[in-house]
Amino acid sequence: MIAFNKYYNHFNLLSSVLIIVSLLLLIFKGLNFGIDFKGGTLIELRASDSKINVSSLRDRFNQMDLGDVSVKKFGNDTDFLIKFENKDNKKNIIEEIKVNLDKSFGNNYDFRRVENVGPKVSAELLKSGVIAISLSLALMLIYIWIRFEWQFSLGAILALFHDVIVTLGVFSLFSLEINLSIIAAVLTIVGYSMNDTVVIFDRVRENLRKYSDIKIFELTNISINETLSRTIITSATTLLALLAIYFFGGEILKGFSLAMILGVVFGTYSSIYIANTVLVRLRVSQKTVLREDEKK
Amino acid sequence: MLYFSKLRILFITLFSVLFILIASSNIFKFDDNFFNKKINLGLDLQGGSYLLLEIDNEPVIEQKLQNLTTTIRNYFKEKNIKINNIKIENQNIFFNTTDNDKQYVLDVFQDENSDLNPYYPKFKSHQLEIEDTGFNLKVNFSRQGLIKLKNSSQDQAIEIVRRRVDEVGTNEPNILKRGNNRILVELPGLDDPMRIKSLLGKTAKLTFRFVTNDENDRFGVEKLKFENDLEEATVSKRIIISGENLLDAQPKMDTQTNQTIVSFTLDRVGAKRFGKATSTGIGKQLAIVLDGKIISAPVVRDTIASGSGQISGGFTFQTATDLALLLRSGALPAPLQIIEERTVGPDLGQDSINAGMIALAIGFMLVIIFMFVKYKIFGLITNLTLIVNLFILLGVLTLFEATLTLPGIAGIILTVGMAVDANVLIFERIKEELKDETNNILAFDSGYTKSRTAILDANITTLLAAIILFFMGSGPIKGFAVTLGVGIFTTLFSVYFIARLCTSIYVSKNKNKEKLI
Repeated sequence: MIAFNKYYNHFNLLSSVLIIVSLLLLIFKGLNFGIDFKGGTLIELRASDSKINVSSLRDRFNQMDLGDVSVKKFGNDTDFLIKFENKDNKKNIIEEIKVNLDKSFGNNYDFRRVENVGPKVSAELLKSGVIAISLSLALMLIYIWIRFEWQFSLGAILALFHDVIVTLGVFSLFSLEINLSIIAAVLTIVGYSMNDTVVIFDRVRENLRKYSDIKIFELTNISINETLSRTIITSATTLLALLAIYFFGGEILKGFSLAMILGVVFGTYSSIYIANTVLVRLRVSQKTVLREDEKK
Repeated sequence: MLYFSKLRILFITLFSVLFILIASSNIFKFDDNFFNKKINLGLDLQGGSYLLLEIDNEPVIEQKLQNLTTTIRNYFKEKNIKINNIKIENQNIFFNTTDNDKQYVLDVFQDENSDLNPYYPKFKSHQLEIEDTGFNLKVNFSRQGLIKLKNSSQDQAIEIVRRRVDEVGTNEPNILKRGNNRILVELPGLDDPMRIKSLLGKTAKLTFRFVTNDENDRFGVEKLKFENDLEEATVSKRIIISGENLLDAQPKMDTQTNQTIVSFTLDRVGAKRFGKATSTGIGKQLAIVLDGKIISAPVVRDTIASGSGQISGGFTFQTATDLALLLRSGALPAPLQIIEERTVGPDLGQDSINAGMIALAIGFMLVIIFMFVKYKIFGLITNLTLIVNLFILLGVLTLFEATLTLPGIAGIILTVGMAVDANVLIFERIKEELKDETNNILAFDSGYTKSRTAILDANITTLLAAIILFFMGSGPIKGFAVTLGVGIFTTLFSVYFIARLCTSIYVSKNKNKEKLI
């Protein structure tokens, strides 16, 4: 049996630091919103001429007065991702750009993807993204509140907030782009983290009913150990699937799978080191469970 | 938990085979209609264009209010009531009347049988609201009146958009209402939406009006620019004929001048008016105005009574074709703005499919190898379950002709990774039970029973997330929610029926074996 409970305090401290740092990052550095949420235009360009590179593209685009332009390599040497504000929301901007690029590069390039999101739509998308995440957190809260005693609910929700905040913190730290698929990833993380916590909690509750003489500090440790191989196997297979997406699923899914990978890692960690420590700190005992049983 | 009746086994087998067959109809062609379904590929996989258009209703409201001032004036004139200082400001009509008549005017607007101000009994609301500001009377559209107006302009606009898109002839366009002032256009397979965008960006309001020098024209005049933005002309506001009078328009080659022109035919009313105007207006310039710009302003040389004519204006064949198309399909009630555009080229779509499939294959292999190494024979059972699960998932998606997107493929891969969870929960529980229980069958039975709540909890939480995503997400993300959500059900089916069936067969054959798992 591994003595997870020996490190409850250490990891609580670590998590508190992680959350505070993440919050500071989110407040002061903010998130790198993609065009979905900020508005603007995105072009994925494939070049068939080695003359076309990041700097020559940047030169061209900067001359076109498009506001803030960012040019990046996208996956391999011939693919580029160009993003700009398109402040005035000009109608035929794509055609103008094509005409302009034709002058320098002939037709040795190809637009593989074009996305243009107006300011109104991006504001709406951001709003619905925030609503979706809040709604999912609220639903999880209700669900866990129905299923468990309040001490458990608090533990699960704290673990959930931890996972979402720290994942977003990492995205802020490395200025990784937040787009629609990241929202999908965060929602899936919420589901996964809850799932992981609930499985351990189920066992804790079962053991609480079974043993009246074991303190919660020990009891959580027993429960974690009993469910440990399941935790490891499920996290492992999920991570294997996600790593396959990350490395082979193409550039478009990279951000999504990275967020998910982070979420699974944090989710697994928090089920053990946040959710359970809340039970310990709230001095949950057999009485807590039996009292609830009587009510039912 | 381990007992299966023959009927049940038959049902499970048939069900699985059915869905595997449905899934395989994506690859093989079946004659039968039922099997002839396919998973739709989203625009991000097959390539295509997604355009979200917003109707700018401001000009419609302005126009309606403009007409309304005339109606109000005439209505009360008949009743011998004086209406003074009528004006439009910020989408409100203001006017004055005498103190004696004020109450009568208010009553007319608030009467449920009023023919000036329609009443909608269903919504308990009039079209217009009137308010006595003390200084004057203020009339504007009620909330319900505005909704009616927006709905009707959306109805008209979607019809025109459909006609224009159909005329261009893209395959299977998808045109849908969004809210009460937006239209969603999905154009599969179109990798350069430039032409459609420019066609949809034009209101195509066509009018024929005389050029005049008389500043005091009875109908009022306005200065309009030519298409080239250089010249200007003063044009009467009197409309001789408009786009609504056109029966047909076609691009043609004028054999005399060797110019591309658009020839048009007028309806009966239009032909009559055009004939009259051209007979009285010989020598005058007739301006052909499209969306507030003059295309050309030819001099009328002859009476045109045939009800057909032509527009020239330095067209290329392409611009003439587009103009004819716009005139044929009619004018939009209000300008449209493209507020969101997402276009994916077909080769990127194919690349995404390939990458997605490779990721799926590799993810699948990794999980299968991992499970076999970890659980041996029970790993094999899990793996068989996973494979059947994948087919059933694809089968369900095929049956409902769901749209598969790139995030949707990610959802399938994720399902593969998470689907083993239920089996793992069960197997780990059985292992624990076997520590105290020597009877294999009993241990398996209680392993299944005791793990049930945890499995249910785990899947419900993921399902909740998927449901929210489905309702809040758009396009590609919706595809993710669908595969993730459907995946939960197929996983539960395959774990509790297929895997359990296999387990029960294996366990009953090895009842007395020690260290079974």
